[in-house]
Amino acid sequence: MSVTALPRVSPRRRRTDKVMRSLLLVATLIALVPLVFIIYYLLHKGLSAVTSSGFFSTDPNGNFFGNPGGIRSAILGTLEMIALATAISVPVGIAVALYLTEYGKESKFANVIRYFVDVMTGVPSIVFGLFIYIVLVISKIGGAFTGWKGAVAISLLMLPIVIRSSEVVLLLVPSSLREAALALGAPRWRVMLRVVLPTSLSGLVTGSLLAVARGMGETAPLLFTAAGAFALTGNLGAQMNALPIQIYNDIQSPRNAITARAWGAGLTLVALVLIINVIARIASRRSRMA
Amino acid sequence: MEASATTVSGGRSLIERSPLSRLPDQVLQWTLTALAAAILILIAYFFIRLIGQSSTAISHFGWGFVFGNDWNPSHLIFRGLPLLVGTVVTSAIALLIGVPVAIGTALFLIEICPRRFRTPMAILVDLLAAVPSVVYGLWGVFVLAPKLLPVEKWFASTFSFIPWIGGGTVTLYNYFIAGLILAIMILPIVSAIAREVISTVPSEHKEAALALGATRWEMIRMAVLPYSRSGITGGAMLGLGRAIGETIAVVLVIGNADVIGKHLFNQGYSLAAVIANEFGEAANTTLYKSALFEAGLVLFILTLIVNIIARWFVSRGTRTRAAGAVMAGVAVDEV
Amino acid sequence: MIPPETTSKETTTDMSTERRQSDRTEAAAEAKESSAQDAKGHGVNIEALNAYYGDQLAVKNFNIAFPANEVTALIGPSGSGKSTVVRCINRMHEEIPGARAEGSVALDGMNVYEDGVDVTSVRRLIGMVFQKPNPFPTMSVFDNVAAGLRLTGARGINLRERVHRALRAVGLWDEVKNRLDKPGTGLSGGQQQRLCIARTVAVEPEVILMDEPCSALDPVATLKIEELIDELKDRYTIVIVTHNMQQAGRVADSTAFMLEGELIEHGPTTKIFTNPNDERTERYVTGKFG
Repeated sequence: MSVTALPRVSPRRRRTDKVMRSLLLVATLIALVPLVFIIYYLLHKGLSAVTSSGFFSTDPNGNFFGNPGGIRSAILGTLEMIALATAISVPVGIAVALYLTEYGKESKFANVIRYFVDVMTGVPSIVFGLFIYIVLVISKIGGAFTGWKGAVAISLLMLPIVIRSSEVVLLLVPSSLREAALALGAPRWRVMLRVVLPTSLSGLVTGSLLAVARGMGETAPLLFTAAGAFALTGNLGAQMNALPIQIYNDIQSPRNAITARAWGAGLTLVALVLIINVIARIASRRSRMA
Repeated sequence: MEASATTVSGGRSLIERSPLSRLPDQVLQWTLTALAAAILILIAYFFIRLIGQSSTAISHFGWGFVFGNDWNPSHLIFRGLPLLVGTVVTSAIALLIGVPVAIGTALFLIEICPRRFRTPMAILVDLLAAVPSVVYGLWGVFVLAPKLLPVEKWFASTFSFIPWIGGGTVTLYNYFIAGLILAIMILPIVSAIAREVISTVPSEHKEAALALGATRWEMIRMAVLPYSRSGITGGAMLGLGRAIGETIAVVLVIGNADVIGKHLFNQGYSLAAVIANEFGEAANTTLYKSALFEAGLVLFILTLIVNIIARWFVSRGTRTRAAGAVMAGVAVDEV
Repeated sequence: MIPPETTSKETTTDMSTERRQSDRTEAAAEAKESSAQDAKGHGVNIEALNAYYGDQLAVKNFNIAFPANEVTALIGPSGSGKSTVVRCINRMHEEIPGARAEGSVALDGMNVYEDGVDVTSVRRLIGMVFQKPNPFPTMSVFDNVAAGLRLTGARGINLRERVHRALRAVGLWDEVKNRLDKPGTGLSGGQQQRLCIARTVAVEPEVILMDEPCSALDPVATLKIEELIDELKDRYTIVIVTHNMQQAGRVADSTAFMLEGELIEHGPTTKIFTNPNDERTERYVTGKFG
């Protein structure tokens, strides 16, 4: 028998293989088409708004004619609310993750917590908005609609993301390091603060930043909690404007000047979110190098 | 403290018996446990309060709220079948379009794509998840809906013989557009979970298939897909949960008409959309507001059920911990 | 186990306190000078120790005395419970889910399992060196050695001096004195393991447990560690788990042979290797099994 007698894949099978492989490639390209279009249109329609005078230095004014104003108050509101939401969700989230990895481990209670945290990730953001509306707005604690209530609603959304990403990162800390510290006679809380947390720091930063990026773009929970006000305010105890709310309202306007502002604000929001994503990735790369 | 640990006086032993030094540890343990427990209590509390706020509407309409077909705020009648239908139809479209593309993407990236392109491509797909929903809405309103309108019209008239598709006016905003945007929005999460699941297929399985003389595709069909079916199903369910709950993008492109649309390209409503759209008007009418809360309650329960099923599938199909992170929207390779 | 008389105990500890303040070489000299066999340090007595992993009995009715200022080697085939015994001495077994122990492990007449005993104080007195070098990756060479002191909240000590002394004690000083602020993970494997020993020594425990400390090291690094063990025994009671019978022969004053969770034989190292009482010991040390 000569070597040429090696069996060959039948043409039909080879054709199927080729067709299916190209179909998978096509699927991937299809998946990327919307991204390309969205970025193209954001730049195409948003850049002129963003570069128009006063876009970042004036507030929306609600005038029916003339210049509708910029998005200064929306940016300030978004930054302030996301800062407060981060200040709530990141410490609490990391604390719960620490409970899961350092104390709860595989106990029943810990698994129940994991289960509900997972379930929480699937709760629609608008439902979180309703929760906060019922608990904080109806009762008029510190006024009806305020910025800090919006921040609380957003922090609820961020919480499960922070918890689950932190847990993954904390589990990556080798148990040999915990053992080394415990064997020196260190109390558990010091082991956590000085060994476990520093070792996983960059990973924790990455997870938190991804949660921030998610929280920043949320609109629905703000509708019922912070509502929208045009005026510039740094006061989290008052109604606040935010980029997503501004965009949502501007989309529904019949005026071209205002819909143009929506594109500009959309471009700004996406740019902010992307910057945070990039920082998160840099932080995670650093963690892998260490 | 350090002195007492190493010196002994008055017959005391070398080893310390001080419960006081254990106090910080116990305080920390209890604090962390309490925080974790607070999450459970919080979810339960929210749920009960939401039921409480919905009770007026529940007692008024009973099951009619879910199955009755008459949403008429000006007459204070709230039978929300049109909302439910809209939610179901748009989510179904999202799954039909989004899931195959997501799986195809995942298979391509893990099994076919050259290694050096894999990460950049994956990052690009993940970027879709970074786009805020209001920006999807913006794009849907001003770009997607108007650009696709002629295509939809052509499609509806060409295939008018198929029920639910043709045979009526095609509106600018409709179920299909909403479903299409949802498909784009769920694509990254479904794809991320599919990637996670596919990458855990043991290489022995794949090599066994290849050693039998299978082509790449046959290997995928024989070794990869059967092994990862459960996880991929979970990912799809998770996408379904996202689609059901998505509000802002849908409210902008579904048309917000409070009757059941006659076909795919007709305007409608959804549970989430009605809350966002009508909450302002309902502010001072108890029954109206209660009805919107009930819409929220139905939405909550619906997503809860879908997510519980999803979690079951995902945790069967992957390492549980990774599943949790992926469910939280954080691909494991990112952290 | 007979508790030593109160008076003798006081002298013991007074001396040990004094010694803590003196230089290491002085301490060694002093230790050599002192004639009483129990005046230098503290031994460990284990009585009726049973250790379990879940339902499985890993260590069965174990009785042994580790004399002060001696090196005792634990040998036996893998799975014989050597590491478990060592972990039970400073209660590190509690870090393994499902593991528990009963019986008595006494240091200085005090049972470490007694109610109310603070586990961190047990571990401060009974240090541990692990199989794989595990320096803290976020810490510099200096901080790694200082870690034990910082993590146990030690106050009123000269940190620099203690760290330098510990590094000299493990013979690492000349190799790292110019890179004290560099990451501890940048050292070679053998250096890392000596760093870990320095970290343990810096806390000034009474007993040092070593769980196969050389199994991840090359022969040259192994030799260095063995020389170090020989020096350290002037100051500490040492228990070393080893797979390597030559190593036990080189470093240990007495050797204990374990099989299937039971202590088969414990005696002077030369006797165990040349003329053991038990036939199973003989078969093991002559390489018939294991």
